[in-house]
Amino acid sequence: MAGVEENNLAVLDEAPVLGPGQTFDSVTDKISGIVLKRPIGLGWLAGLAVAMGLVGMLLMAVTYLFLRGVGIWGIEVPVAWGFAIINFVWWIGIGHAGTLISAILLLFKQTWRNSINRFAEAMTLFAVACAGMFPLLHMGRPWLGYWMFPYPSSMGVWPQFRSPLIWDVFAVSTYATISAVFWFVGLVPDFGTMRDEAKSLWAKRIYGMLSLGWRGSARHWTRYEALYILLAGISTPLVLSVHTVVSFDFAISILPGWHTTIFPPYFVAGAIYSGFAMVLVLAIPIRKVYGLEDMITLRHLQNSAKVMLATGLIVGYGYFFETFVGLYSGSTYERFMIHNRWFGPYALFYWSLILFNILIPQVLWWPKIRSNTKWLFGISLVVLVGMWLERFVIIVTSLHRDFLPSSWGHYTATRWDYAVYFGTIGFFTMAIYLFIRIVPAISIFEIRMLLPQAEVKE
Amino acid sequence: MSHATAVPSIYGLMAEFETPTELVKACKAAYAEGYRDMDAYSPFPIEEASEAIGFHKSAVPLVTLVGGLLGGASGFALQYWINVIAYPLNIGGKPYDSWPAFIVPTFEMTILFAGIIGMLGMFALNGLPQPYHPVFNVERFSNVTRNRFFLCLEATDPKFDLTGTHLFMERLKPLSISEVPH
Repeated sequence: MAGVEENNLAVLDEAPVLGPGQTFDSVTDKISGIVLKRPIGLGWLAGLAVAMGLVGMLLMAVTYLFLRGVGIWGIEVPVAWGFAIINFVWWIGIGHAGTLISAILLLFKQTWRNSINRFAEAMTLFAVACAGMFPLLHMGRPWLGYWMFPYPSSMGVWPQFRSPLIWDVFAVSTYATISAVFWFVGLVPDFGTMRDEAKSLWAKRIYGMLSLGWRGSARHWTRYEALYILLAGISTPLVLSVHTVVSFDFAISILPGWHTTIFPPYFVAGAIYSGFAMVLVLAIPIRKVYGLEDMITLRHLQNSAKVMLATGLIVGYGYFFETFVGLYSGSTYERFMIHNRWFGPYALFYWSLILFNILIPQVLWWPKIRSNTKWLFGISLVVLVGMWLERFVIIVTSLHRDFLPSSWGHYTATRWDYAVYFGTIGFFTMAIYLFIRIVPAISIFEIRMLLPQAEVKE
Repeated sequence: MSHATAVPSIYGLMAEFETPTELVKACKAAYAEGYRDMDAYSPFPIEEASEAIGFHKSAVPLVTLVGGLLGGASGFALQYWINVIAYPLNIGGKPYDSWPAFIVPTFEMTILFAGIIGMLGMFALNGLPQPYHPVFNVERFSNVTRNRFFLCLEATDPKFDLTGTHLFMERLKPLSISEVPH
């Protein structure tokens, strides 16, 4: 199937959202079968084992962190943020594509989203979980993390609401909660399907409980659809607000390289850019391994590539104006910041970032590249690395040389920084592996709606 | 057995259809016949079906709106109370009531409450979670989450009469007709 697609370039622009010849039965069997019927393969076990090995490393690194404190990391004054905040921003950005697909594309009636929204939302949840770990660990005393929330404590103190850091607590925790609500609501009718398809008593019971007794009543569906659209409507400004607030963490300070009004839109575009890259990195192997080429078609991959191309150009615009404003500002410190990015000790990071985020992804202009899964996979990995480098450049090059040369410093990550970072990648991978085998990875009822048989003929 | 019992002995009669078009036609016919206590069941949302059984407006948008307003108001009030009344702090000479700074958490609380209360409201209005429901007693009904469409005329309807309703259903040419026990 994949071979036919890749050779037949003439029809690529009209690649269908759904392969031909599907019925209500075939769609149901195919998607629920991945969870209920498919035996557990060696490849899946091996992948899960590697991911869990990384999680083990994460747990060790965190335990040592709790014992010794954040001094085991490379952070020190003046670079006190380091990997923890780089990784936080990177992960939360990756999550954004999930909400974009599930909410914004739903509002725009882009039906092609129906095959990829479920796992994109799962990706959001797991990415936000990884992101959330970093500020907590970065606190040094994570067991006191609840101090960030307003509660009547015996100390008589309250949070300070003029700080963007406390806005971030509200934005990220709301984002995590609403993403979970959206995901669960979307899953309820499919849990009903799983309950009715499952053969083993325990699977029936567990999916039955999760389905809340869903019976597909027309009244239920009407209320359900109303809520689903409303959730999409409120998630849309929410997702834009989250990365905006994350960028406020930087923009509201007075540091050269951070204090700029272009940050909110440029951060949001960068978030969607890296998020779609992650969608492709997950979708390409999943559709291949589980034979879902008829549901996650080339059309989905091509559209995701186009979104990447567009958001990548917005990010490029951001880089250009960051530089322009720095040079045009007339401020010595701003001009020095640009000079330091280009020629300073971290120049290699900056130029790799330009190469990975701006130059290489331009090959996506060619329809042939957009239709080649191997190229798309490779470019997506490049973009993910590029977006990580972007956060590194923003955080480290701005902090390490600010105003007074007497307070300049240098930042190098330690092995514990890397252990926590790769540990969260392991956690994310493990969660995706488990997700594929526990819940239907594609929304079954929304795929049924795409079938021609689903149309009511008057 | 000459007088009607208070509780009907069955929940209703259920007809099974193969396509959404047949289901919607059957719903319209049943509504035109005068039936009101009925429900359509399908593996995916069919707007026309709920229109046909006379269910037009849901309260979910209102509940969500109330949730959002409640969240926004309580979020702003919380910040005002903390930063102006309970624990005033001078931050860079800004006024205690520096309301523009409170907008972000106010917005987030609006979304948070709208989403959670909207979800709870949707489930509550639907009467979920409800692990037991009489329609599950019909064996063929398990296909409702797969490929079949059902119309259930309920015994509580004044027009319901086992023989008459059965005859009416036969005219709709369903795949099957089943009695739904309690």
